[in-house]
Amino acid sequence: MPTDAIITAQDLTKKFGDFTAVNGISFEVPRGEIFAFLGPNGAGKTTTIKMLTTLLHPTSGQLTIAGVDPVKDQAGARRTFGIVFQDPSLDDELTAVENLELHGVLYGVAGSIRRKRIDELLGYVDLADRRDDLVKHFSGGMKRRLEIARSLIHHPQILFLDEPTVGLDPQTRNKLWEYIRKLNSEEGMTVFLTTHYMEEAAKIAGRVAIMDHGRLIAQGTSDQLIEQTKTANLEDAFLALTGDALRDEDASNADHMRMAQKMWRPGRR
Amino acid sequence: MNVLYILWLRQIKRYLRSRARIIGSLGQPILFLFALGFGLGPMFQKGGGGSYLDFLAPGVIAMSILFTAIFSGIEMIWDRQFGFLKETFVAPVPRLTIMVGRTLGGATVATLQGFIVFLITLIAGFRPDSWSLLPLAFLCMFLIALTFTALGTAIASSMEDMQGFQLIMNFLVMPLFFLSGALFPLDNLPSILAILVRIDPLSYGVDALRFSLIGVGHWPIGMSLGILSGCLVLFMLVGSWLFSRIEL
Ligand SMILES: Nc1ncnc2c1ncn2[C@@H]1O[C@H](COP(=O)(O)OP(=O)(O)OP(=O)(O)O)[C@@H](O)[C@H]1O
Ligand SMILES: [Mg+2]
Repeated sequence: MPTDAIITAQDLTKKFGDFTAVNGISFEVPRGEIFAFLGPNGAGKTTTIKMLTTLLHPTSGQLTIAGVDPVKDQAGARRTFGIVFQDPSLDDELTAVENLELHGVLYGVAGSIRRKRIDELLGYVDLADRRDDLVKHFSGGMKRRLEIARSLIHHPQILFLDEPTVGLDPQTRNKLWEYIRKLNSEEGMTVFLTTHYMEEAAKIAGRVAIMDHGRLIAQGTSDQLIEQTKTANLEDAFLALTGDALRDEDASNADHMRMAQKMWRPGRR
Repeated sequence: MNVLYILWLRQIKRYLRSRARIIGSLGQPILFLFALGFGLGPMFQKGGGGSYLDFLAPGVIAMSILFTAIFSGIEMIWDRQFGFLKETFVAPVPRLTIMVGRTLGGATVATLQGFIVFLITLIAGFRPDSWSLLPLAFLCMFLIALTFTALGTAIASSMEDMQGFQLIMNFLVMPLFFLSGALFPLDNLPSILAILVRIDPLSYGVDALRFSLIGVGHWPIGMSLGILSGCLVLFMLVGSWLFSRIEL
């Protein structure tokens, strides 16, 4: 077990009514690592992230992030992380800069530093020339990049990325991962991500955890998982571990709706 | 910059950017003012009530504030559906601050809308009884706006989508308006109506506003403002409890 863990979960459980979305999972993420959380649709990845980020209360189990218990000290925990949600979360009626400003103020980043960081980050995600445009006129990829910029304004120790590359073209995806890797190596930022693109996970993550039906079924480096399952790559290892049954039959209504939304409004939702 | 201020500013910007909404929501008050004000005016006058337009103007102003305020509160459902609410909920800011910021913003928007309708009543020929009471009128308008934005926010906190919107319009907002005495004097009402009017918080807002604009009130203005403030506190308390329970 790593000694300097920045995220720890012990027997973490979340129930919605009598449905158990996350079923007693335990894991640790060492400081400065890129950690990929993989699993089929409905596995419980987003639910886990929501508990780590104070949006949902765990039904039971212990959590710490950056030394803080997110159940007991919500504000303390919130200061330590930035998050890019699976679904969009920008205000479409505001401009790019206004969205970033609002975030900076909510996180108490002082005026001059805030403006400096906003300018830097907008340049970084190639949106400097669109800064005063309303977000509703942005493409899906531009919105995603803006959300990533936004999540970094307050210099978080941990960055949560829930399927950050859904609906993006290969150019944007590559650029995004390159950027994440740079943040990780230069700033030592811990990255906790989920994705359904196994090659991406294999390339970028130091360690991966695979979740299915609310349980963690494997953890390790992607090489370890490949070795363990005697497969050729992470995708095959993933399929070997999770089986190839579709998850639709046991997914709840909400899940269907989210998937339908994703399919019908690519890039938006 | 301050958290309350930026949340307030967001609501104002969204309002000023939605010209269609501003203009669209003026249609109804104009219609009420002209059709009822001029249509029922002669009858009202004959019955000894004085100028119906003068009587009606504060009611129509209150109506537009009520509708805008409730809608500003309910608008939160969109923030929930478009995901923006999550962004505010993971920020290191107490939920209460977020709710208060939203409510102040929504109430300012509703007051602005009420002010525009006030200008329209002037065009229609309405003149306040005493210009020096105008600040009091604006205070009444803001208090009405706050109270019903808080109510709208409380309702929105317990709704997941807009499906219940019609229900709320027809069984809450419309009754609040029609039973408030915005359209008719409160003297000599049949007893059931008189009771309903007294239960409706908007009645006190309309009455206070009418007193400050035309100098005639059914109840003492202190009492009206007191009751309205009480409702505001109640809605804020219930609202903040509901708001704090939202899980996304
Ligand atoms: N608020 C909720 N109420 C009821 N059930 C929920 C709720 N949120 C999630 N679930 C259910 O919990 C399960 C796990 O959902 P979750 O969103 O965590 O999956 P996921 O691993 O992120 O999947 P995906 O890859 O599709 O994003 C699903 O079956 C989902 O329907
Ligand atoms: Mg998910």
